[in-house]
Amino acid sequence: MNSFLKYFTDIFHGVKSLLTGMSVTGRYFFSPGQIVTQQYPENRKTLQMFERFKGEVIMLHDSNNQHSCNGCGICENNCPNGSIEVIAARVPGEDGKPKRIIDRHIYHLGMCTFCGLCVKNCPSNALGYGQKFEHAVFDRARLTKVLNQPGSSIIKGVE
Amino acid sequence: MTFNIYDFTSFNQWIDKGLNSIMSPTWALVTEWVIIGVVFLLFYAVVGLFLVYAERKVCAFMQNRVGPNRVGPYGIFQTIADFIKLLMKELVYIKDSDKLLFNIAPFIVIIASFMALSAVPFAKGLHAIDFDIGILYVIAVSSLGVVGILLAGWSSNNKYSLIGAIRSGAQIVSYELSVGLSLLTIIVLAGTMQFSEIVEMQRNGWFIFKGHIPAVIAFVIFLIASTAETNRGPFDLAEAESELTAGFHTEYSGIKFAFFFLAEYMNMFLVASIAATVFWGGWMPFHISGWEGFNHIMDYIPPFVWYVGKTGFIIWLMMLFKWTFPRLRIDQLLTLEWKYLLPINLVNILVMAFLVLMHWHF
Repeated sequence: MNSFLKYFTDIFHGVKSLLTGMSVTGRYFFSPGQIVTQQYPENRKTLQMFERFKGEVIMLHDSNNQHSCNGCGICENNCPNGSIEVIAARVPGEDGKPKRIIDRHIYHLGMCTFCGLCVKNCPSNALGYGQKFEHAVFDRARLTKVLNQPGSSIIKGVE
Repeated sequence: MTFNIYDFTSFNQWIDKGLNSIMSPTWALVTEWVIIGVVFLLFYAVVGLFLVYAERKVCAFMQNRVGPNRVGPYGIFQTIADFIKLLMKELVYIKDSDKLLFNIAPFIVIIASFMALSAVPFAKGLHAIDFDIGILYVIAVSSLGVVGILLAGWSSNNKYSLIGAIRSGAQIVSYELSVGLSLLTIIVLAGTMQFSEIVEMQRNGWFIFKGHIPAVIAFVIFLIASTAETNRGPFDLAEAESELTAGFHTEYSGIKFAFFFLAEYMNMFLVASIAATVFWGGWMPFHISGWEGFNHIMDYIPPFVWYVGKTGFIIWLMMLFKWTFPRLRIDQLLTLEWKYLLPINLVNILVMAFLVLMHWHF
């Protein structure tokens, strides 16, 4: 008797769960407003990338054109495929001792795999991700970028 | 010429008379056969291509996507482009394959679905052959397709093809029973197997309403079993992409692959039109006995529109099944048939017979 009852409860449970699934997909079918696909070239003007999107590696600059990179080179050491070159310079500091500052932070976008190890390992959080993703260029040399903006300096107290 | 979208009989007679007046009866008959053949071929290709497009669009909407939208407005020429691509592809010769069977298999599959399509009543008078055993003919002919699938798997000299074909054979042999028995339930109610008479008997109410509970159960069982018979998801273990690459048509390329693909979609169309004809009245408008005014308004909608609407709805339901449910394992598949559908179906026939004897149907 018990197994007899189980046979029918199985059928009803099965039908119920199937109908639940069908109602979910059916609801999606009849609500075209929920479509998540971005139709890229058409919506290029209005496209908003997400904050966490890893477009390219950039150096974060504040409004005074100042960054927090002290040229330590940890990003260069951590980069698995050598797409970062840190060229440091020495300038006399306030106390007279020579001080290491960044001259050029060179980033080879063409070699970057966007693994994010440089951003993760930067001790002063100088690096971040940009939202730009249209990187196609006609000349490979244009993929080599200098991340610190011209004329920028280091924020006081970060070194 | 008397062309009437509500009744094609006079149109057919006009063609028949016209042909007979210009040539001998034998040649008139041959010409009619050729005309019907060409019309069906065109219909087959157009509906097949449209269904592939519809499936992709429906599946996309169910997954919150857009679907094909690049070739033509809303992507309507996508399947035509795909078809042209398939036509131009190389027909790869498979080493150590059985050449004759390998080449003949797609034709068996497509001829089976083509033959079954000829018995479907599309509208009043739009009916290629009206056998008095129409349902039996459709069941017999449509199950020929499995021979083609088995041959395709066997002759490909590929283990995946063979496993897929054997699964398909086991599946179709078992689910054929449920399809037959659920149609038998309606035959008990209708008392005939002729499609034109079955449609005519639903003039004062479709069978799904006339036969109420057993008819609804039979319809649900027919829908499940026929989805399995057309090898569509969730019963698509014959081609189970994740396990068997593509199952029985792994080794096929170009137009021969397109034949299998087209036949799958046309089988779905065929099954949906059988379900629409037997359970939902085919081209018969929605009538409620006694409500003369309402029935008269419904009669203004052409029969072909009714037929397409019902068939389209059932095709949509089958697509909903495919894109909602996960694939069954082979033992689950056979359990569903032999332990659930078949016993329920047998009891259902008894209930229907009792209902007809007691005149408890409408």
